[in-house]
Amino acid sequence: MSHSIRLDVSEVTVRYRNGNLALDQASFALESGTICALVGVNGSGKSTMFKSIMGFITPNQGSVSIGGLPVAKALRQNLVAYVPQSEEVDWNFPVSVREVVMMGRYGSMNFMRIARARDKQIVEESLARVGMLEFQDRQIGELSGGQKKRAFLARALAQQGRVMLLDEPFTGVDVKTETAIITLLRELREEGHLMLVSTHNLGSVPEFCDQVVLINRSVLAAGPTDEVFTQENLMKAFGGVLREIKFDRAVREASADQSVLVVGDDERPLVMEAGRHIREHDTESSEKSS
Amino acid sequence: MEFWNQLIEPFQYDFMRKAMLVGAAVGLVCAVLSCFLTLKGWALLGDALSHAIVPGVVLASIFQGSFVMGAFVAGLLSTLGIGWVKSCSRLREDAVIGIVFTAFFALGLVLRSLFPSTVDLKNIMLGNLLGISDGDAVQCLVIGAVTLGIILIKWRDLRLFCFDPKHARSMGIHTTWLYWMFLALLSLATVAALQAVGACLVVAMLITPGATAYLLTDRFDRMMVLAGIQGALTCAVGAYISWFAQASAGGIIVVLQTAIFLLAMLFAPKHGILARRRMVENSLLHHA
Repeated sequence: MSHSIRLDVSEVTVRYRNGNLALDQASFALESGTICALVGVNGSGKSTMFKSIMGFITPNQGSVSIGGLPVAKALRQNLVAYVPQSEEVDWNFPVSVREVVMMGRYGSMNFMRIARARDKQIVEESLARVGMLEFQDRQIGELSGGQKKRAFLARALAQQGRVMLLDEPFTGVDVKTETAIITLLRELREEGHLMLVSTHNLGSVPEFCDQVVLINRSVLAAGPTDEVFTQENLMKAFGGVLREIKFDRAVREASADQSVLVVGDDERPLVMEAGRHIREHDTESSEKSS
Repeated sequence: MEFWNQLIEPFQYDFMRKAMLVGAAVGLVCAVLSCFLTLKGWALLGDALSHAIVPGVVLASIFQGSFVMGAFVAGLLSTLGIGWVKSCSRLREDAVIGIVFTAFFALGLVLRSLFPSTVDLKNIMLGNLLGISDGDAVQCLVIGAVTLGIILIKWRDLRLFCFDPKHARSMGIHTTWLYWMFLALLSLATVAALQAVGACLVVAMLITPGATAYLLTDRFDRMMVLAGIQGALTCAVGAYISWFAQASAGGIIVVLQTAIFLLAMLFAPKHGILARRRMVENSLLHHA
């Protein structure tokens, strides 16, 4: 694939007009050929970070550069493709799947946005790649949750941006689609794309992300998943919000070492064993963790 | 034969032909714009603009300037005002729009009463399609042609702007520019429509055809065509009927558009009330 691309976020500080400090000197850097998870609690600045990378917000201090270019220039060169959260889309809008994917080509079309043969071919390939060719004439609201996600992934593919931003790609998606999306992201990584995925889905992070950025206003830790995605760091990122559930197997195994730790964020996970749910001893803070 | 003569009678008069032609042009342009307005959720803005341009018209008549320019400037100033108040306060947009457009409208009324001018307030509010002057007619047609031309060139960008402005921005497309272009087109169309149906009913022309077409199709390009046909036909037919009914052309036009909307609401092939009911019944049958 073509030359590599970098994403540099250096010392970005964003203070909203109401005085709320959303990002405080946040820094991290990513190279192409990576899938990086952006992990943090609600209100930790994940979406502000996305907005800064997409140029919707100009940081009060610090800077973002993509491929060595300032954000505005990078956007004009179509380097960044964005996959929105499902809640942000008007699913009743009268457009077909194909038209949505074609919109990904607008950045490289003439001012009337008339599709050339090449645009049509790229749209076709993108649709085929996510397995949506047969649904291309459907109105977008007539798709299942997973198909909706795939339609917007196809739009990002058609845009051919080397940097992809995915906002909560797994919410409202069944496990089968989640696996399909992860497979696709892995392929794109092989092709040298740089993907930043904002997610709540902590469980799937080690499965497909090779890098993790943990944020809570500032970057708490950033680097390879093995090094960053540790219990200690997660406790730092989630603090009191994180639920730690220790369920003992006192009945069968007396040893306390055998207890299993299930980690999730806002939502309470269900833990099953032998077909029955296990009652949990729920601790709301990190104090008892170590 | 007698009956036929009666039917074609309106076509024998210059002012009736003019009214139908101008009506159709204005109806067409407003209808095409209404597609964007309904999908963007900016219906209230159309209403606001139609009232906010009144002081511009009054000032233009006092200083003997161009009505169109006056209205256009007032329209843009009001949208600027809305944007400014919104960014400086914590009010919701609908409240801000309500405040700004009534303020503009009231200012127009005050100006009109302080400086008696040639402008007839009744004509501004209720329109005077059948009595439109040659100059105004030409103006309407030119405005209509320009507005329609720009929409035909930029409709894909405007659609993207309504559908996913974030995505547009992330591709480096200048959305602020699209926003102001859209408002300028809206002001122009409103000025033209003012002549036809008056400030009170402009908002109907800027919403109803698009809303009707939205019920009839799932494709944006078809929606624009359907709305355009509906807008042009209802305005021409409305003017034609007003000859026989001796009633307000503007009123008849909007009543016609509403009638078509109600028909679509009932009988639309997929999104109509009857079609929905059929669909529910079918799915129940399948499960039974």
